[in-house]
Amino acid sequence: MFAATQRNQNDQRTEKLFRLLFITMTALLILPVLIILSTLIYKGGSVLSIEFLFASPTEGMTAGGIFPALLGTVWLVSVALLVSVPLGVAAAVYLSEYAPDNWFTRLINLAIINLAGVPSIVHALFGLGAFVIFFEFGTSILAASLTLGIMTLPVVIVSTRESLQTVPQAFREACWNMGATRWQTIRRVVLPNAVSGILTGVILEVSRTTGETAPIMFTGAAFFLPILPQGVFDQTMALSLHLFVVSTQVPNVPENLPYGVALVLILMVLLMNSASIALRMHLRGKKKW
Amino acid sequence: MVDKIQVTDLSIHYGQHSALRNISLSIKPNEIFGIIGPANAGKTSFLKALNRMDLFDSTMKVNGLIHFDGHDIHQLKNIYALRKRIGVVFPLPVGLPLSVYDNVALAPRLSGVQGRTELNIIVERCLRRAALWDEVKDRLTTLGSLLSGGQQQRLTIARALSQNPDVLMLDEFSIAVDPVTTMRIEDVLKELRDEMSIILVTNLVQQARRLADRTAFFLDGECVEMAKTETLFSGETQDPRTQDYIAGRFG
Repeated sequence: MFAATQRNQNDQRTEKLFRLLFITMTALLILPVLIILSTLIYKGGSVLSIEFLFASPTEGMTAGGIFPALLGTVWLVSVALLVSVPLGVAAAVYLSEYAPDNWFTRLINLAIINLAGVPSIVHALFGLGAFVIFFEFGTSILAASLTLGIMTLPVVIVSTRESLQTVPQAFREACWNMGATRWQTIRRVVLPNAVSGILTGVILEVSRTTGETAPIMFTGAAFFLPILPQGVFDQTMALSLHLFVVSTQVPNVPENLPYGVALVLILMVLLMNSASIALRMHLRGKKKW
Repeated sequence: MVDKIQVTDLSIHYGQHSALRNISLSIKPNEIFGIIGPANAGKTSFLKALNRMDLFDSTMKVNGLIHFDGHDIHQLKNIYALRKRIGVVFPLPVGLPLSVYDNVALAPRLSGVQGRTELNIIVERCLRRAALWDEVKDRLTTLGSLLSGGQQQRLTIARALSQNPDVLMLDEFSIAVDPVTTMRIEDVLKELRDEMSIILVTNLVQQARRLADRTAFFLDGECVEMAKTETLFSGETQDPRTQDYIAGRFG
């Protein structure tokens, strides 16, 4: 009765084949990450130290630390977030909670998706034209962060809108039926239940922003600066650009230095991604329905 | 007695589909008004129109006049005030993802009640009236959505009561509720009749018979018949379809 027919055997062989195929593909995905990380640790791990993180580059950037670049990246990312998060979340709330479903809203949604596909170098040139030259911010943290902020805006909008839409419509209607306004409903019911998704999206954005080089190259990041930035109208060094510079632009850099810079950059990103995953798991554990 | 709600020549369409045609009826203060009928009779659409829920659904078009306390609700600017005066209970309980306490305190808070003692009084009173207090008084901080189905439905009723409404609309409230809880809720409704009008949409003919003062029979978007409940169930109906439905020959 349970004897395998020819048909069963074929099915099982195909099953094994596809399973193997998918496992191999997954392994191939992980492989580059492992190779990159291990190479970086192997070649750059030796320069990592507290001093490396908190000292300035010396001797024509062939020695010393990366503190100005590290601090500059924190500046750039923080100011970019101050731009993109309020703007993006507000726009997403409008599109998800207020906007009528008509051709105009759909056009806006289409535009946002397209904006997400614009290459970062185009954003860089836009930032140069708009913020550096037209608004006369000069090459500064402000101009660079605005460029980064605008570049990340579509992703913030899309991820926020998606988290808002996971909140069941029945909750909204129950609240409206009590005589609550749209905003009261959003504040008391929708946002508290969407906040985990919104935060996760934001953190993933931070990690992407951290590594961007092109948009800040023309707009605010400097090759080398002897002093730390004092405010948003100053130029700054940045980790991603610093990596580019010590890898290709400066002669006689010891081999392990660029690897060390890359390692710090990638560790920052990994740290933030892990924070995002941890946060998501924590908040999902508290999920209320 | 002045009518609480006066509906004149009400028709509802969803796109091309007609859900309700030429309904005229009135709801009096302190009565339980039953609406019976099979699925797709337009019962739920009728309730939605009273609460201006057509505004939530761009395909829903409402024609005709609805007066609430003499005010035409389609001319009303402040629909929030209208909705506060109408409590709604749906077939499936919607426990908001808040604690039991916050579920019931939400409506008063939206109206600006801040004081802890005042809120405590409102929450306890509403939960007591919904026959839920004894079961949840020790766990007011647990999530409303973690209660059992029957408890959640009573929580929904408590929440509707916390609005201090003039009218309570219940749409097939007993679908997701066990029989014992159903009977408890029915007892609650009988008591609430002294304070408000209740519109009870039900597909349980006997529930309307037990509770309603007057009953309307909806079928395929029309109000076939409307009468005092005793009259409707006495067998002296005007329309043979009513008789057939009540006797369970269709639906």
